[in-house]
Amino acid sequence: MAGKTLYDKLWEDHLVHQEDGASLIYIDRHLVHEVTSPQAFEGLHIAGRKPWRVASILAVPDHNVPTVADTQISDPISRLQIETLDKNCQHFGINEFGMHDIRQGIVHVIGPEQGATLPGMTVVCGDSHTSTHGAFGALAFGIGTSEVEHVLATQCLLQHKSRNMRISVSGSLQPGVTPKDVVLAIIGEIGTAGGTGYAIEFAGRVFESMSIEGRMTVCNMAIEAGARSGMVAVDDKTIDYFEGRPFAPTGTLWKDAVKEWKKLYSDEDAVFDLEITLPGEQITPLITWGTSPEMVVPVTGKIPDPETMPEDKRESALNALSYMDLDPETVVSDITVDKIFIGSCTNSRIEDLRDAAAVVKGRKVADNIMLALVVPGSGLVKRQAEQEGLDKIFIDAGFEWRNPGCSMCLAMNDDRLEPGERCASTSNRNFEGRQGAGGRTHLVSPATAAATAIAGYFTSANLLSTRLH
Amino acid sequence: MRKFNLLDGLVVPLDRRNVDTDAIIPKQFLKSIKRSGFGPNLFDDWRYLDQGEPGMDNSSRPLNPDFVLNFSRYKGAEVLLTRSNFGCGSSREHAPWALEDYGIRSIIASSYADIFYNNCFKNGILPVILKENEINRLFVETLEIEHYRLKIDLSEQTISLPDGDHLKFEIDTFKKKCLLEGLDDIGQTLKHKNKIRDYETHRQQLKPWLFLS
Repeated sequence: MAGKTLYDKLWEDHLVHQEDGASLIYIDRHLVHEVTSPQAFEGLHIAGRKPWRVASILAVPDHNVPTVADTQISDPISRLQIETLDKNCQHFGINEFGMHDIRQGIVHVIGPEQGATLPGMTVVCGDSHTSTHGAFGALAFGIGTSEVEHVLATQCLLQHKSRNMRISVSGSLQPGVTPKDVVLAIIGEIGTAGGTGYAIEFAGRVFESMSIEGRMTVCNMAIEAGARSGMVAVDDKTIDYFEGRPFAPTGTLWKDAVKEWKKLYSDEDAVFDLEITLPGEQITPLITWGTSPEMVVPVTGKIPDPETMPEDKRESALNALSYMDLDPETVVSDITVDKIFIGSCTNSRIEDLRDAAAVVKGRKVADNIMLALVVPGSGLVKRQAEQEGLDKIFIDAGFEWRNPGCSMCLAMNDDRLEPGERCASTSNRNFEGRQGAGGRTHLVSPATAAATAIAGYFTSANLLSTRLH
Repeated sequence: MRKFNLLDGLVVPLDRRNVDTDAIIPKQFLKSIKRSGFGPNLFDDWRYLDQGEPGMDNSSRPLNPDFVLNFSRYKGAEVLLTRSNFGCGSSREHAPWALEDYGIRSIIASSYADIFYNNCFKNGILPVILKENEINRLFVETLEIEHYRLKIDLSEQTISLPDGDHLKFEIDTFKKKCLLEGLDDIGQTLKHKNKIRDYETHRQQLKPWLFLS
């Protein structure tokens, strides 16, 4: 009999019941935010139900929160949504990190930061970027609001098992190439529907040498490749990452947990339905040029010509170029930028901020950049960055240093693009209107966003150094 | 949940691949704490010429005459014909809520994003998967024939075309049953409440660190 994949192991460990091909899966951790939960709580109220296991839930407002210090939410509809979360959590006794709690932040940043999401868990949240938590050997995926209600009421979900895919990135990365570039390269390769129906395991030398935070960046965007969940096997780095976190076990419980976590890898003889390998050395700093995350080119490249594309891609490419106001064959470094956004559940952790600050240090944001935002992923990331003096580096260069939240990744608060504005963004989606109606989003790594802020046009950290020396 | 069995509906063709849930219902409308009322803002950025905000009187907003949902021949459509990877991106269930509130009861595409596909079933919408060549044929016929209607029969898993032809489609048994009977998922799961309790108790003994709070 063939061995088991990491996904097989996690799935079997959480299987409660099977019927008509559907499986009832037990959920260990349920993360809740203000946007996708009110209707679920309302459903519970109407049916006279209560949360099955209150201690499994951790709630935090993040999508709507203002990022300017000490501001009340001006929009009454946004305010009501956050107050509704507060009220629901109070009513049911759910642990919530409120807007003024230092631990507040983006749900996918605070989960691992607190050790509230751990290896071996099933983690769900009414948010597609829940795949982030797979970075440490958890089975984590986004769900809709009806499913949020289902988990609240039953601690379980009805699911169909996905197929297994392994994406191996071999060798090592060149200097200046980051985990964001790796995941953009993967999406560019397999496409935004390439992972549909699959659980993706990321493996190979590049992932073995990658930090846990870098793995989170990659797993975060598994959904952009169509896969509900992405994951990486547990190794010593994973275990080191969680030791001492507030929600993590201690003493003998810690030792028992570690023993179990060390089993969370794919067996050598495990069979995957699909295997893809990319050589790490060939990945360069990337940027998206269109309105789908699969539309990627190297920062040193040119905007592609739809006429040279296969027929099924041509029309989307033409639409995208028209929306982005770009011409085929334009040199990427000839494109100037209006705004910079460093933040989001993809790239707002301390390593991301360190990466960007290293590029920015001692330099100034270019005159044509109207707004350059740094939005840390949580209150604790912000505090850590301030202790390291990163805030000063950003502020001295002309960046704005903000409070944590989802911010301009999806512009549900006041941080947004105006129609026609072009943004270098470390977020995860470049869809039409995502960062504000008519806004034009180019997805990049924190290092590339920082270098672009300094240059005023798209460039990588490596190229920026060459130019200046 | 609303049942789905038979539908004889007017078809509206949305000829785009990778339609994301941000396009189906833009984020400013996600601030609502209700489940209903999203229909007037379905495809808001494409459907109107001005920028939509919650609380606007949508009936007095300027419509985009080039957007297919605004063509008079497709008024009252209940079937949305579209292309691959429909519903990609955000998990927002507001997307099927908006489609349902607008009057769409079934979608026909060659593929869907996973989360969106699941969300449809929770809201009485049938997402049908057909082959690319069948989708192409339906696009051609929808454009050529005014008031083009399709008869969708879930229990038989067939779509009947106006010329008498039939197309078969596949669907998971469990999902089909839930939609046909309009079953409440939570009620179904709670039938196994003792099994869940047993599993939970066993798990707590085996892996107590998962139950810390």
